[in-house]
Amino acid sequence: MAVTLTVNGTTRQVDADPDTPLLYVLRDHLELNGAKYGCGIGQCGSCTVMVDGTAVLSCVTPVLLLEGRKVTTVEGLGTLDAPGPMQQAFIEQQAAQCGYCIPGMMMRAQALLQANPDADEAAIRTHLEPNLCRCGTHMRIIKAVMRAGELMRQNSQSGGAT
Amino acid sequence: MTKHDAKNMTRRGVLAGGGSLVVGFSLLSRALAQEGEVQGVTPPKEPRPKLPGSLSGAPLLDSWIRIDANGEITVFTGKAELGQGVKTAIIQVAAEELEVDPAAVRLVTADTGRTPDEGYTAGSQSMQNSGTAVRHAAAQVRDILIAQAATRWQIPIDGLRAENGKVVRIDGQALDYGALVSGETLHVEAVPQTRLKPQGSFRVMGQSLPRVDIPAKVTGTPIYVQDMRLPNMVHARVVRPPRPGATLTNLDSAAVERMPGVVAVVRNGSFLAVAAEREFQAIRAMQALEAAAQWSEGTRLPDPDGFVASLKTFPAQQGVVAERGGGGAATAAKTFQATFTRPYQIHGSIGPSCAVALLENGTTTVWSHTQGVYPDRRAISEMLGVAPEQVRVIHVEGSGCYGHNGADDAAADAALVAQAVPGRPVRLQWMREQEHVWEPYGPAMLTELRASIDETGRIVDWNYDLWSNTHTTRPGPAGSLIAARSLPNPFPPQPVKLTISPAGNGDRNAVPLYTVPNLRVIWHFLPDMPLRVSALRALGAYVNVFAIESAMDELALMANVDPVEFRLRHMEDPRGRAVIEAAAEGFGWSGDPLPEGRGRGFAFARYKNLAAYLAMAIEMEVDRETGRSRMTRVVAAIDSGEVVNPDGIRNQTEGGIIQAASWTLYEAVAFEETGITSIDWSSYPIMRFGAVPESMDIRIMDRPGQPFLGTGEAAQGPTAAAIGNAIRHATGRRLYDIPFRAEKVKAAIGV
Repeated sequence: MAVTLTVNGTTRQVDADPDTPLLYVLRDHLELNGAKYGCGIGQCGSCTVMVDGTAVLSCVTPVLLLEGRKVTTVEGLGTLDAPGPMQQAFIEQQAAQCGYCIPGMMMRAQALLQANPDADEAAIRTHLEPNLCRCGTHMRIIKAVMRAGELMRQNSQSGGAT
Repeated sequence: MTKHDAKNMTRRGVLAGGGSLVVGFSLLSRALAQEGEVQGVTPPKEPRPKLPGSLSGAPLLDSWIRIDANGEITVFTGKAELGQGVKTAIIQVAAEELEVDPAAVRLVTADTGRTPDEGYTAGSQSMQNSGTAVRHAAAQVRDILIAQAATRWQIPIDGLRAENGKVVRIDGQALDYGALVSGETLHVEAVPQTRLKPQGSFRVMGQSLPRVDIPAKVTGTPIYVQDMRLPNMVHARVVRPPRPGATLTNLDSAAVERMPGVVAVVRNGSFLAVAAEREFQAIRAMQALEAAAQWSEGTRLPDPDGFVASLKTFPAQQGVVAERGGGGAATAAKTFQATFTRPYQIHGSIGPSCAVALLENGTTTVWSHTQGVYPDRRAISEMLGVAPEQVRVIHVEGSGCYGHNGADDAAADAALVAQAVPGRPVRLQWMREQEHVWEPYGPAMLTELRASIDETGRIVDWNYDLWSNTHTTRPGPAGSLIAARSLPNPFPPQPVKLTISPAGNGDRNAVPLYTVPNLRVIWHFLPDMPLRVSALRALGAYVNVFAIESAMDELALMANVDPVEFRLRHMEDPRGRAVIEAAAEGFGWSGDPLPEGRGRGFAFARYKNLAAYLAMAIEMEVDRETGRSRMTRVVAAIDSGEVVNPDGIRNQTEGGIIQAASWTLYEAVAFEETGITSIDWSSYPIMRFGAVPESMDIRIMDRPGQPFLGTGEAAQGPTAAAIGNAIRHATGRRLYDIPFRAEKVKAAIGV
């Protein structure tokens, strides 16, 4: 079955069984690597992406529910050459060890900051609760998300894009 | 004089010692003599001068550093990036001694086709072994290039210096490195003495150079083995029995073979897997195969009730870890005696193990996040019944491993499936449940400690008994691999043996570093492994330091001395004293009362009693109603020897503390006689953001000119002890049995 969805601003048509989880469509069909397989049962958050601005666990979301929706993965936040504010903040804070959970963290944080640009540390900690990190990079992840908030506020004040 | 002789003469003129030209293939490296857990190979037979770090096993300079005619610099390390930042640190030492920009250094990591055999990336030894080797090799290469330039210009070397990829003379004339090397220039053995750059002249070492791997990791750039996508690749899943030891008795796979996208059902004895064109098709097929497969009973697990206590009844070999003095009991005034335990615990990588394998032209290439490409190659080639040269293992990053997890087993699984679909790359990904159930666990341990102080508050007697399996069953032998154990002619697990070594294993850190006149430490080594175990970060040090540092606090209480002061009174090593003092000062350690439900805890260890020093002070809050406890504030001081990348040390230490806090507060493998029941993150919870400290401050001791001591495993033992000590301080109750889950804390404080 063909499903049409928008991924990182581009309309994509995918030929996959309608109950295929979005994660496999992103990784296997669209060859995007940001969303990671961690548990497949929505317990760890490493597959987190944004759907219409909301953080969604792509490993438990069938692709048929995405028809006509806008999906954003970490590849949609910026590139190696032009990292977006969230990515820039994680690089600045050196907020990764193995890094496997990090794209999922960034996408959940992005959804929070888009909805609430002034989210404080307590709100960030609460919001990130569903996402697991095993390397113990939590302190830096929190700092990086706070820094991303700052960068986004600066950008919006100067009229730049977030 | 031939050209080679001239080169040798030049070299002898520059470097102390007798470097000799060796014609041969650089990677036919002599085996490495390594300590403890890293050991995978046998030491060289003939006596030779000791070369620094891993140079002793691979002495040819061009095994480590290659400079092309166009000036491109490639550095080779047998160690692997595990998320610990080793790539960045090795680039830093190479760039420093070669006098080039770090961006000019291309680094090739663990690959049996290209890099030296450095055993495992384990034991916090990458900087000691590989960092040291690369640093010395880089410095020797730099001096060879200077000597080459001197010969070229026919002038003495005195006025020459290396700078930014060139050798420069006083009048400003310069020659690029690329112009100074020819085929054999660097194909010479390292010499024992190196002219390292002097302290104070560093440009790159000692700086927090940003990690070279992070930009790719935050942009979704394909860098993990999970991200590999080779042309014509198939996706594979393995099907495991309900329990180890079960054999596949019946299987009708015809229906599975007809499922959409299925390329092959692979059955080899009791090894069962499926490959399909698409990943989700492979998962579907795996599920169908699971339903179709019938297995024998297999090995039942032990009764979980009272299991850890029963370790004392297992058949055991006794090893004396340390013994000195005797008769301290005569002056004992007060005695502390207790039993400490920990259950089986998992590595719990967030990304389950994965590997890609390809059989082509008789050679099987395996891309794996293994910690040891050479040992894994030995195991896989033995399993396949081929020569080691017919298998190449290339390290590609995976999710953090924290020791021997499922990486090697997934590599073997992929290699076996690849034999069934020659010419097609096979990407084999474990499922979450498979990782939780089939990775080798950190062994359950039980320890008994009895220690006494005299009337003056000095420790006079120390007795420590620990019951534990081995902490390493790593590859090398094929029998270490699940897949090899499942074949029609199964490879049996390698027999384990008790070994007492300076670096230790289950007995790692079993001996306190404190001044104790009378001491006896015994490892009751348990060969039987009812659950499969292997190396989990810090090995036995985690439990042994927990026991020692808990006892130190109780003895301090008996002596009526502040716990930090009590430790200092028994610590002679100045570097040990320095981290204890730095952590206490940074924390603002005092005996002042804290609010209800709050407690302070302190702990110290020198990892393996020969590597990094770490002391930490923490504050905890304990909720009396729920029993939930959490670290609120952490200050740690670490001495890892000479500092290459301060932020790298901080990152590793922060992570070590949080991970060990998670082990200590929450983690235990759950099982029944019929199998493992902790199969996901709800049945095996780990720390989440809500329980993460409010602040964490890592202080680094600067030790210029001292050897690298490694960082990754310094914090685990002290963290467990500091938590226990803080809960004791907050509640008046000591906890002895990890994990300190809420119900246990609640029961202890009796609310």
